[in-house]
Amino acid sequence: MKAAVIVFPGSNCDRDLAVAFEAAGADVQMVWHKDTDLPRDVDIVGVPGGFSFGDYLRCGAIAANSPICNSLKAHTDRGGYAIGICNGFQVLAETGILPGALLRNAGLKYICKTVGLKVETSDSAFTQGYNAGDVINIPIAHHDGNYYADDATIAGLQDQDRIVFTYTDNPNGARADIAGILSENRRVLGMMPHPERAADAGHGGTDGTALFRALMGALAPA
Amino acid sequence: MKARVHVMLKNGVLDPQGEAVRHALGALGFDGVNGVRQGKVIELDLADGATEADVTAMCEKLLANTVIESYSVELG
Repeated sequence: MKAAVIVFPGSNCDRDLAVAFEAAGADVQMVWHKDTDLPRDVDIVGVPGGFSFGDYLRCGAIAANSPICNSLKAHTDRGGYAIGICNGFQVLAETGILPGALLRNAGLKYICKTVGLKVETSDSAFTQGYNAGDVINIPIAHHDGNYYADDATIAGLQDQDRIVFTYTDNPNGARADIAGILSENRRVLGMMPHPERAADAGHGGTDGTALFRALMGALAPA
Repeated sequence: MKARVHVMLKNGVLDPQGEAVRHALGALGFDGVNGVRQGKVIELDLADGATEADVTAMCEKLLANTVIESYSVELG
């Protein structure tokens, strides 16, 4: 599996994500936001967490208009895989690759803690290593993780089984307790929690490992 | 030419910051504040010849996220 991790000014989970991909057996290349092209034959693009462009204007808004994001959009339009975590989810929402937006947390506070996530569907390359209904423990660290979409969009996500993770105890006011969603073709995942921070025994939890291993299983050459 | 862009969360989108301001006003004794919505104002200093359509394009592309925000443009 060939993975690319995009690095924006202010990204701070890019190396963590690369390490998690590598631990699952992927070849990883880092890609600078001013690059115009993704590496050839890349299987999955990681959009990491952090504070791209200082969260100025809106979280992820300036990053979403970086040169590399044109290639990212072309990659996902072709049916390529991508995962956006935390700020990466905000970037994917700002590009329009995923629906909805991430608002300021309802309690207005930045929240950094491990939360319970319910796996709502195992029908994706990201979650086939879990069982629907599993509750896993994954850290969150965000100020703007309050998922919002209009009623029709939420209903569509529900009807198409695209809500992939929900919070067991909603920390941020997200509609329908949404922590992560899939694109229509189920190949793009955006999630606020950080599976790459629960992928090594030294992290204090390894519930995120199954996500990266499942991806490797789905995307490694047969 | 100057343009001033007002960006507000759409009606129906909960504004936690506006709510916090409303509570703070109430705590200070300002009764009768039924609602507060907080937005932002972006001032643009534009080259001569720029049109309202240019500013609208900027809003659609970057300055506002029309999933959650509405905007209005004031020229001059």
